[in-house]
Amino acid sequence: MATAPVASASAQIAVRDLTMAYGSFVVQRNLGFEIRQGEVFVIMGDSGCGKSTLLRHMIGLQPPASGDVLSSGRSLWHAEPDEREAMMRRFGVLYQSGALWSSLTLAENVSLPMQQFTDLSPAEMRDLVALKLALVGLAGFEDFYPSEISGGMCKRAGLARAMALDPEVLFFDEPSAGLDPLSSRRLDDLILELRQSLGTTFVVVTHELASIFTIGDRAVFLDAEARTQVALGDPRQLRDSSDNPKVRAFLQRGKP
Amino acid sequence: MSVEHVALDRDGGILRIVLRGSWRRGTDTPSPAGVDAALASGVARVTFDTRELADWDTRLVSYVRTALRACEARNIPADRSALPAGVQQLLALAAAVPEKKTAVEARPAPLLARVGDRALAAVASVRSFSAFLGEVLIALGRLLTGRARFPTRDFLLITQDCGARALPIVALVSLLVGLILAFMGAIQLRTFGAQIFVADLVAIGMTHDMGAIMVGIIMAGRTGAAFAAQLGTMTVNEEIDALRTMAISPIEYLVLPRMLALVLMMPLLSLYGIVLGIVGGMLVGIGPLGLGVRQYLDHSISPLSFPMLAGGLFKGCVYGAIVACAGCMQGMRCGRSAEAVGGATTSAVVLSIVFIILACGMLTVVYDVLGI
Repeated sequence: MATAPVASASAQIAVRDLTMAYGSFVVQRNLGFEIRQGEVFVIMGDSGCGKSTLLRHMIGLQPPASGDVLSSGRSLWHAEPDEREAMMRRFGVLYQSGALWSSLTLAENVSLPMQQFTDLSPAEMRDLVALKLALVGLAGFEDFYPSEISGGMCKRAGLARAMALDPEVLFFDEPSAGLDPLSSRRLDDLILELRQSLGTTFVVVTHELASIFTIGDRAVFLDAEARTQVALGDPRQLRDSSDNPKVRAFLQRGKP
Repeated sequence: MSVEHVALDRDGGILRIVLRGSWRRGTDTPSPAGVDAALASGVARVTFDTRELADWDTRLVSYVRTALRACEARNIPADRSALPAGVQQLLALAAAVPEKKTAVEARPAPLLARVGDRALAAVASVRSFSAFLGEVLIALGRLLTGRARFPTRDFLLITQDCGARALPIVALVSLLVGLILAFMGAIQLRTFGAQIFVADLVAIGMTHDMGAIMVGIIMAGRTGAAFAAQLGTMTVNEEIDALRTMAISPIEYLVLPRMLALVLMMPLLSLYGIVLGIVGGMLVGIGPLGLGVRQYLDHSISPLSFPMLAGGLFKGCVYGAIVACAGCMQGMRCGRSAEAVGGATTSAVVLSIVFIILACGMLTVVYDVLGI
């Protein structure tokens, strides 16, 4: 087995020569980029190009066909299962529709990882849960079940749960899908605030242009036809001066 | 090296909360209960001191937030300006949306109210069952008059699944039930030297009741549960609503094919089960009991009559309707969560089995009166 290549010191996550496939069907090949500590990194591309699949590879849910993902310079996919679990625990993930556990209240949803992995007292845990829910605008919803609140609220509660352990990296799968413009805006603000105050790194899968330009420091564009990444960099620069017409069209909403 | 994370300095009416060291996960941080206690004794103002604070995460924010709330509750002004900018930002963000005040609901209802609730729920469930049955009958009427949207292909697939695919498990269970019946009969009949009547016993027992009942219970666990889980998940995914909005009746499109398939397949499976049960009995008859094959078969067939067989197979039809009805109704009435799907599946199986036994009892009495 190859030894893990050394990543540059500031790379929180590095994707190295990654090929993703379902059986013999290759979704994307030769992906390679680095995500720096404290930046908001956007994964974009048209529907069905493998954005969410890439996310699943980066958070350790789906093994790559070839290549590797490095977290703080250590290989995620060549690590022992225990070691991988420890790495995954430093990640927080917000799934597309929240993925809250439906048999638990919001407070129980957020506190479950705390109960499993910290030795906080019940009172401290209650305060911390209240804070996380308040941060996503759900103060006072502790005792609600996911089925009793709206889809957008479920999503925000999912974010509170993803933040439960103060992860170093937060992964968002389509964060603004299903949110009203104000909630969506608030979520963007929250991302920027968390980045500034806690130094959290964000990896966001999205095609919400407003969001990409507001929060994205750098972005990678996956092309479904070329089956690889065709652009990498500051989304504002890509919009104005990418040499790939498809990327420009995407970022300019098809306007020339 | 352990640092005292918090020190509470009193200077006249001013309480200074000094925060020190690392407040990250994994470090042992203090509980904010101390602040509340300190506020109790005539504090006029609260300030923070974070000059010795190293790194922190949301634990510090949570601590400060609780402390500030304690101040608020006592109307004591607190000066936040010394807090790190990030903490102030997060506090402002947490306060941006006002807290939802939920109605107090605790307090268990009195006994009378609970009994009343249960009774009303029972009435409602009978009503809901009648409504479901009515809808199914209307759909059946539409199907018979050729006005229903009936998915023939789905119907055939479901028929295959709850017919042919169920043969192995039905064979295994029926064979063993026949075997057990024969052994139980043999113990008594042998003492009279009448072991040949084991054949009669098994044949009558399987045909009259056991064949259909065992198949009914197998199908409740196998197919009824599958119907409930499938329709329940479709309810959760709003697939049922999607059918309704296209003016396709989910009863016609989903429930009817399942019910018809099961009602048609159950008598066939029961017949298969009866035959396998007799074979199971025969294994005991020609093995430990030393009876001849010919002799055993004669004694198996002679006590059977067509009305008896038809009665047994009709029971199969009834159990099929019960299993399909319970499975589909629970699936269609399912809530919108993973837990609800589990509940729907459980109650589908429990209802099926309870009603199969009830129907068996009632039909046995009816058959007795009719002299079958």
